[in-house]
Amino acid sequence: MLKKVTVFGLFFALVPSVAWSEWQLNMNRGVTDTSASVYDLHMLVLYICIAISVVVFGVMFWSIFHHRKSKGFEAHQFHDSTSLEILWTVVPTIILVIILFPATTSLINSYDSEDSDIDIQVTGYQWKWRYKYIGEDLDYFSVHTTPADEIRNKATKNENYLLEVDRPLVLPINKKIRFLFTSNDVIHAWWVPAFALKKDAIPGFINEDWTRINEVGIYRGQCAELCGKDHGFMPIVVKAVTEEDYAIWLKQQKMLKQQEALASKQSWSKEQLMAKGEEIYNKNCAACHQPNGMGMAPVFPALKGSAVALGPIETHLDIIFNGKPGTAMSGYGEQLSSVEVAAVLTYERNAWGNDVGDMLSPADVDKLKGGK
Amino acid sequence: MSTQATDMVHDEHDDHGPAKGIGRWLFSTNHKDIGTMYLVFSLVMLFIGGSMAFVVRAELFQPGLQLVEPEFFNQMITMHGLIMVFGAVMPAFVGLANWMLPMMIGAPDMALPRLNNLSFWLLPFAFTMMIGTLFMDGGGPNFGWTFYAPLSTTYAPPSVTFFIFAIHMMGASSIMGAINVIVTIMNMRAPGMTYFKMPMFCWTWLITAFLLIAVMPVLAGVVTMMLMDIHFGTAFFDAGGGGDPVLFQHVFWFFGHPEVYIMILPSFGVVSHVIPAFSRKKLFGYNSMVYAIIAIAILSFVVWAHHMFTVGMPFAGELFFMYTTMLIAIPTGVKIFNWISTMFRGSMTFETPMLYSIGFVILFTIGGLSGIMLALAPVDMVYQDTYFVVAHFHYVLVPGAIFGIFAAVYFWLPKWTGKMYDEGLAKLHFWVSFIGLNLTFFPMHFVGLAGMPRRIPDYPLQFADFNMVVSLGAFLFGASQLIFVYVLIKTLRSGEKAEQLPWDGAEGLEWTLPTPAPYHSFPTPPKVD
Repeated sequence: MLKKVTVFGLFFALVPSVAWSEWQLNMNRGVTDTSASVYDLHMLVLYICIAISVVVFGVMFWSIFHHRKSKGFEAHQFHDSTSLEILWTVVPTIILVIILFPATTSLINSYDSEDSDIDIQVTGYQWKWRYKYIGEDLDYFSVHTTPADEIRNKATKNENYLLEVDRPLVLPINKKIRFLFTSNDVIHAWWVPAFALKKDAIPGFINEDWTRINEVGIYRGQCAELCGKDHGFMPIVVKAVTEEDYAIWLKQQKMLKQQEALASKQSWSKEQLMAKGEEIYNKNCAACHQPNGMGMAPVFPALKGSAVALGPIETHLDIIFNGKPGTAMSGYGEQLSSVEVAAVLTYERNAWGNDVGDMLSPADVDKLKGGK
Repeated sequence: MSTQATDMVHDEHDDHGPAKGIGRWLFSTNHKDIGTMYLVFSLVMLFIGGSMAFVVRAELFQPGLQLVEPEFFNQMITMHGLIMVFGAVMPAFVGLANWMLPMMIGAPDMALPRLNNLSFWLLPFAFTMMIGTLFMDGGGPNFGWTFYAPLSTTYAPPSVTFFIFAIHMMGASSIMGAINVIVTIMNMRAPGMTYFKMPMFCWTWLITAFLLIAVMPVLAGVVTMMLMDIHFGTAFFDAGGGGDPVLFQHVFWFFGHPEVYIMILPSFGVVSHVIPAFSRKKLFGYNSMVYAIIAIAILSFVVWAHHMFTVGMPFAGELFFMYTTMLIAIPTGVKIFNWISTMFRGSMTFETPMLYSIGFVILFTIGGLSGIMLALAPVDMVYQDTYFVVAHFHYVLVPGAIFGIFAAVYFWLPKWTGKMYDEGLAKLHFWVSFIGLNLTFFPMHFVGLAGMPRRIPDYPLQFADFNMVVSLGAFLFGASQLIFVYVLIKTLRSGEKAEQLPWDGAEGLEWTLPTPAPYHSFPTPPKVD
């Protein structure tokens, strides 16, 4: 007994993560009518498949058990039967037609994205999502927030490990929401299992899909199409709230936006910018250029000692703002506020032994923005 | 002129053996030697590709990043797929075709021996180049074996160019091999052997060869378009230049779907030899088996976009590809029912080739059934790009292609080498493989349904338990292949002498040859009635 306990104890000591895991076997029913119909279809086909296997394998194992040479069974020499061949062509055809009826209905339903209440443009970026509430002047990025220490096994992993973001997509329940998917760089796929909704976000294309959420809650998903290095680290979090809460949330977001605009008018000291810059850098830039600015040659160049970070401030700003065509560097002009651009630029020019010594104030960025 | 011709004919009647030294292999035009080289090459690739899967499973043993960086993880999954498809499975089938086709149709050799030599010797260079990319600046291909643009063009590491040329060489090799198969089968069958008297393995390979000739140029086309996009300023797949990233997927899967049948049809052929032999009964429904293969091959050209249900196709397209995909289930079902009817009321014994064939039928059926589930477009919105898909295609490819190859090797090894393998060890190889395989791939269905995307180096905690099981299964499955190598070495070094007909139920011209099979199979064609 004692030995058994030690063995188990050892097992769990070696495997600390087991505490949060579960032996889930099947798909969830989800929280939309579409996901429920998908689930029902899945179960129907699953049962049909199990029934087919029971019959087919049943005959086979019965035969394996009885018709063996070791039991003295003599082979019966028959090798053709047109009626049997017709039978096992026709029966599967009938089964397939039975399955195709609900499948076709369900597909028709999922293509009906007319008459939406809310339209949201979802844009995939390497490696984050951008949500634009069409007609609401609200547009933000959603970046994963799982601490590097948890990923590197230096800290205990939290319950929502790899499934947490800084700003979730907030949606009201009982409204028809139409999504417009596109991408800024490579192909991504936006997937929330609870909605049974998965659609590719493709550069140059706009794909449509829709959902209507029935229950308040937080629903988590992940990018489903290999999109490069951090494909596993661009989760999706949807917070479904009541209509009233949604209206309040929208108002709050607009106020926050105004405050942000005011912040860029204030004067910022270099120390303030450096501190803010480090935070912004680690969130947006470190995935490729690395926290120590060393990059990953040759695709992701080092910033430490780089000609750009040490060169004219205008070129540096231009690359942060508009990206570098033909490379993995995308433009951050739309994604970062003026304060953030100023901060990250100042940080890159003065961190890791880079010592240009100059800085750019948010007001300057605003001015240049106006100029463009 | 006429004397010269007589001399040559005379020369061929001399019973000369293989050339001495390395020249035997470098300049070989002998179907058996080339077949052996293909098979050994594919075994080496199986271990290289397998060790990459080992890296992947070791990293996924627990949540968190432990062993490799995500960048290298992506290179591993990409190379694992490419090597297994183009390096392990396809060359193994060409090797089997080389060994068996002349022996089965009563020919002395393949029809185009020099082409045969070239098609093999392209491969080591192609794969050296492709594996070499791992050591280049920026690493090897990291965009998945499906290499979707623009991840594989604008955003690819510089080594992608070498990858493109390696693919071109593999494609050229496959096309040459396919031409050789077709010419051999069409022209060199023994007198009296009509198409509908041909062994099933020849039929399946004939159809496979046509598929190869039809789709390998499409693959060559798509990688050439990538090359142009990367180096010559075109914009086939670059939306910024008016191109279309989805076009890449259509062209790729127009190659890719027939490709999966290329990797399964020859196994169908092998199993159609092994099951009758150990059931001591003729193959049930030979004609309908042939028609089923032809139907599968034709249908395979009109189902490709079922790999792309989430790209946002129009409704009619989605419906079309859902229906055609479902249709494939019918001829595939016919094949399975025929195999089972062959076993039914036979007098079965269960030597290793038979065990592998029964394993093939069971596991391939499971993979086929999950294929029906995946064919349903509305549900595929959930399955797509999850581990459910990974489970599905490993269930059809590992037991399908690889078990088929094992069955073939154990079945014909006595004829090839003149020696008998160790039955006990071979059965051990089967059982450990069978358990390891199911432990690896069955739980993948569960994590896929629970929502785990494929191709991620790290995963949320709810998938931890099953991933650990999967990794343990994968290590077991990988280790069991060492038993296979040991069995092979033991057979060659100290196997007992095999009889001319080691399996009492086996039929076919190959068994009429002495054991081991002579260097030139049938100098004078046998008569078939």
